Amino acid sequence: MDILAFLVDGLLIGFVYGIAAMGLTLIWGVMNVINLSHGAIIALGMFGIYLLFSLFGVNPYIGVVLVALAGLITGMLIYAIAIHRVIDAPHLSTLLATFAVNMIIIGLGTSAFSTSPRNVDVALGSIEMGPVAFPATRAVAAVASVLVTGALYYFLYRTTLGKYIRAVTDNRAAAELMGIPSARILALSFGLGTMLAAIAGGLIATFFPFTILSGATYELKSFVICVLGGVGNPVGALVGGLILGSLEGVIPAFMPTSWVPVLEFILFVVILLVRPTGLLGRKK
Amino acid sequence: MSMLKNLRNPGLWLWMAIVLAVGLWPVITQRASTREEIFTVLLSVVLASSLNILLGYTGYVSFGHIVFFGLGGYVGLFLITAYGWSLWPAMLAGGISSAFLALLLGQAILRLRGAYFALATIGINEAMRAFINNFEPFGGPTGISLNFSVYNDYGGAANALWMLYGVMLALALLNILLSYVVKSSKFGLGLLAIREDEDAAEVMGVVTPRAKTWAYVLSAFLPGVVGVLFFFKNGNIEPPQAFRLHMSIEMLVMVMLGGYGTILGPVLGAAGYQRLRGLLLTSDLFKNIQLTVAGVLLLVIILFIPAGFVGWLRNRFPKLRRFLP
Amino acid sequence: MILQVNNVSKRFGGLQALSGVSFELPEGQIMGLIGPNGAGKTTTFNVINGVYPPDTGTVVFKGSDITGAKTYEIARQGLARTHQIVKPLNELTVRENVIVGACFGRQNLPLGQATDVANEVMEFVGLGKRADQLAGSLNVGQKKRLEMARALAARPYLLLLDEVLAGLNPSEITRMTEIVHKIREQGISIIMIEHVMQAVMSVSDFVLVLDFGKPIAYGTPTEVANDPKVIEAYLGDPKLAEQLSSHDPVS
Repeated sequence: MDILAFLVDGLLIGFVYGIAAMGLTLIWGVMNVINLSHGAIIALGMFGIYLLFSLFGVNPYIGVVLVALAGLITGMLIYAIAIHRVIDAPHLSTLLATFAVNMIIIGLGTSAFSTSPRNVDVALGSIEMGPVAFPATRAVAAVASVLVTGALYYFLYRTTLGKYIRAVTDNRAAAELMGIPSARILALSFGLGTMLAAIAGGLIATFFPFTILSGATYELKSFVICVLGGVGNPVGALVGGLILGSLEGVIPAFMPTSWVPVLEFILFVVILLVRPTGLLGRKK
Repeated sequence: MSMLKNLRNPGLWLWMAIVLAVGLWPVITQRASTREEIFTVLLSVVLASSLNILLGYTGYVSFGHIVFFGLGGYVGLFLITAYGWSLWPAMLAGGISSAFLALLLGQAILRLRGAYFALATIGINEAMRAFINNFEPFGGPTGISLNFSVYNDYGGAANALWMLYGVMLALALLNILLSYVVKSSKFGLGLLAIREDEDAAEVMGVVTPRAKTWAYVLSAFLPGVVGVLFFFKNGNIEPPQAFRLHMSIEMLVMVMLGGYGTILGPVLGAAGYQRLRGLLLTSDLFKNIQLTVAGVLLLVIILFIPAGFVGWLRNRFPKLRRFLP
Repeated sequence: MILQVNNVSKRFGGLQALSGVSFELPEGQIMGLIGPNGAGKTTTFNVINGVYPPDTGTVVFKGSDITGAKTYEIARQGLARTHQIVKPLNELTVRENVIVGACFGRQNLPLGQATDVANEVMEFVGLGKRADQLAGSLNVGQKKRLEMARALAARPYLLLLDEVLAGLNPSEITRMTEIVHKIREQGISIIMIEHVMQAVMSVSDFVLVLDFGKPIAYGTPTEVANDPKVIEAYLGDPKLAEQLSSHDPVS
């Protein structure tokens, strides 16, 4: 019965992984930029919740909403300062520009918070469903992730701004000819991507301890998930997150936990090679 | 344009002489602290120049290049501790292992273009680190430690440090020469063509899979060699030190800082980056935010001087190109 | 026959780009490849030089089957081409661009000899004075000549020219047409895709007309110009139709 518990546990975390990856995949899909500051933003999300909670006693779930807003604004600023100028340059430029942002954030974060671990104590007890018991925080995070995904879909497919984003994704030059202000749309898309990263960080902080450097792990997982789900595909990211989460839950039942990352990254490289459009993506 | 005529470039020898002079400075002054500083710079020169063959000449961005440094180090230290090899053949074996890994990987991942290749290199570095972490012959998470007595064969630890320094200097000079020879060869021209437009290069007859694979192999060899040297000097090797993703990216930063695709760029980029890092780390004001300052610097270069320092000089003063290889 | 294309078809998703294209090119001749936009002309080139393999059919170059071979293998056998959308190696000089052509083309020359060839070819196409300039800094007409120079430096047996006249002004067109004539005098076989009818009709020995991926006419310029199917195909483009029918072949 252990394996079922592991699986549920992994799936619940997988939802949150999915949100983190959705942020990465959105930016990647819209503007063909791989955001290497993704992990730093996830870490900022974690610390945002932590500071709001420990300094002002803000409930972490209300904190997530505030952190999401801050994430949106931060992302738009990052786009304006660091990315807009090199958006059409070779991909190395945007890779390094976003990595520079990562260095700046991590440097400031390390000097402000050191690298010692923190945690946000959310006591919601645990939920029992038949033979399986799991912490309620994870269930809440999973539900929140589903809501966020739904909201994102509503935004992308039911609002004008969302349509603009999809138009710019499809063909930026053509969208510009139609009078869509592409620079602002790109900034907004980047902001949405970082917002998702911040939300994921905030949710993770409610059940795992973290340091300012923790984001890097989730950034790498996000890469794996993006590639699993197909670049630029938000639902693919959620499904990819679930796959990765359940693998992480189940693999330790068969072999030492330390083999999990080996399998994860081998899977990652193999998928890049044989199916770069992702498991859910269209075949070339 | 024969090879020998090519080697008459005044800039190449001028800069080789400068590197040699800087390299000999600690030997003349006999100061161990200067020696350690310059050792780090020379190590960076080798790593950055090697990466430049792939990144600067061929246009393929490897984010996980440190995997070759780490793998070389592991193979070397394993051979030294488990089979009692001496340092020299171990260094060669480290280099060959890394080159061989590049040969195998190259067949597969060099088919990927652009960001997909960059991501695959990250994946490979992480997979390798996680694997070595579980690989018992290499000591798993505790890694491999050298017995202090190995340094006795090299005249004791103090002498060994000077000797290792000398070897590193020689390797750095060799690497500069190698960069130059590659760039001014027909093979190098093929790589530059791939960097500029891979499809056009193929149409003109450049056998791109082969050229890219050899560029990858060449760029992996010396990092493997200096990996053995570095971890031999260090006395031990552990997975997090050997496959530190951050170091991969530092290599990229050095190449970009100095000017990608030039011979001098990675050399000056490595020196400049390490010098700056040293200054920031020793300053009370910047000690804690040295990473931030480096990040701002990188961002400014990417946004405003994308050709890097040497590239900018070459564009600004075309007449000086002969002296800025 | 330097080139035999037999029953070549190529489909992209829902688009049948080429269906049943066949033709033969005798050595030393120039074939014009014309047709309305989207007729499959560039696709034909891409299939011949190995950019993508055809779904059906074969391509035989100098007696050997090159169907599905890699572009670089085909290039090394002596088939060079230019691109409709120029592909200069921007950060390399004009000379270096042309040396790449000479180094990796049919003769597989070492750098030294390749440089000599490059210098000669640059003079031939009139880029001698631009040799040390970066290719990215050339204007459109010069970039077209650079494409031509790179292809020629390979010393090919067969040259595929994809709209080398498009976007050029009348004096540049005259100049480029002269270059094509001179290349032919060197015994190099040529297939040229062209929209400038006057030029293609005056230069070509044979003309193949494609429409919606199908060959609709093949013959001498005069035969083709008077073929009702060809005129019909061009009806959507009155200007071209007029050029076609008013044409008086000179060859």
